Amino acid sequence: MTKGILGRKVGMTQIYDASGNCIPVTVVQAGPCRVLQVRTAEHDGYEAVQLGFLDKPRRLASRSERGHVARLDSKRSKKLVAAGVALPDKAGCEPQRFIREIRGPIGESKVGQDVTVGVLDGVKAVDVTGVSKGRGFSGVMKRHNFKGQRATHGVKKVHRHMGGTGALAANRGGGRMKKGKKMPGQYGYERVTTRNVPVAKIDAENNLLLIHGSVPGPNGAYVVIRETNVVR
Amino acid sequence: MSQEILKLVEKASLKWEVPQFAVGDTVDVHTRILEGEDERIQVFSGTVIARSGSGSREMFAVRRIVAGEGVERKFPLHSPKIAKIEVKRTGATRRAKLYYLRERVGKSVRLRERKGGKEETTSA
Repeated sequence: MTKGILGRKVGMTQIYDASGNCIPVTVVQAGPCRVLQVRTAEHDGYEAVQLGFLDKPRRLASRSERGHVARLDSKRSKKLVAAGVALPDKAGCEPQRFIREIRGPIGESKVGQDVTVGVLDGVKAVDVTGVSKGRGFSGVMKRHNFKGQRATHGVKKVHRHMGGTGALAANRGGGRMKKGKKMPGQYGYERVTTRNVPVAKIDAENNLLLIHGSVPGPNGAYVVIRETNVVR
Repeated sequence: MSQEILKLVEKASLKWEVPQFAVGDTVDVHTRILEGEDERIQVFSGTVIARSGSGSREMFAVRRIVAGEGVERKFPLHSPKIAKIEVKRTGATRRAKLYYLRERVGKSVRLRERKGGKEETTSA
């Protein structure tokens, strides 16, 4: 299967490497995950492995969530079995909090199999996907690194505003703004992937992955970690 | 829980024996310096004016006067590049940060020796 795992961002700290250099690291609690479903080319049109991370209490899970990880008795399943239809395999575990697919060749993966941080052994760099910190409705200075306006020289109450928009050469003509003009708006809380971040250390015993540098999202956020596909 | 995980990670980077010294002490800091291929030890001596941070991120600042000019260096306490920290003289202080020494010159920079002296710090 593709080298990938689900995890939870714990926080940042620093460690010293063998030559005594200080490395900033993000600590990610990576796995153990369970394979909940295997997507095949014949059945689904593509190959992928669906992983689940962290157990969720059954009282919080919906019936469909419970039925996804383990076989539940239902009239429909009985009918299908009676008709001689083979039901799909189930992982037979607790409902999972965080479920994502890792695309790529499935290899030997089976439903119910455990995936630990050991799958990343020997991986030099990873891509980390998460949801960035939400900053709400932000102005152009924070959101797009605009300069704002001057503090003095007759500027009134618009020091952090954007400048004029209409007379810009790029926008001129047609009497309207070009689409995609950078303006204030929602900033953050979007899917972000940091690519090609080096792996500092893998601690298989404690299911920890130390990533050199930062990773999107607040502490405690869920992240998807894959071996990087950046060729360099 | 997450704080415990961070502590666990930092534990691997901590020194086995943390040198015992306090703010106000006069210390010799032996740092390993790589010059091309060979390693040599450089010593920086002065007064510890601050300790900050915790865990593997703890830092300390040392101040001394070189040729009439104040020089301050900050060191990471747990860095393997810090070979040794020797306490030369203890100093009695009433505060945790001695930034007020920056405004002082000459005799007023001196600190009183701490009662109990070195033995007390090493055992603490």
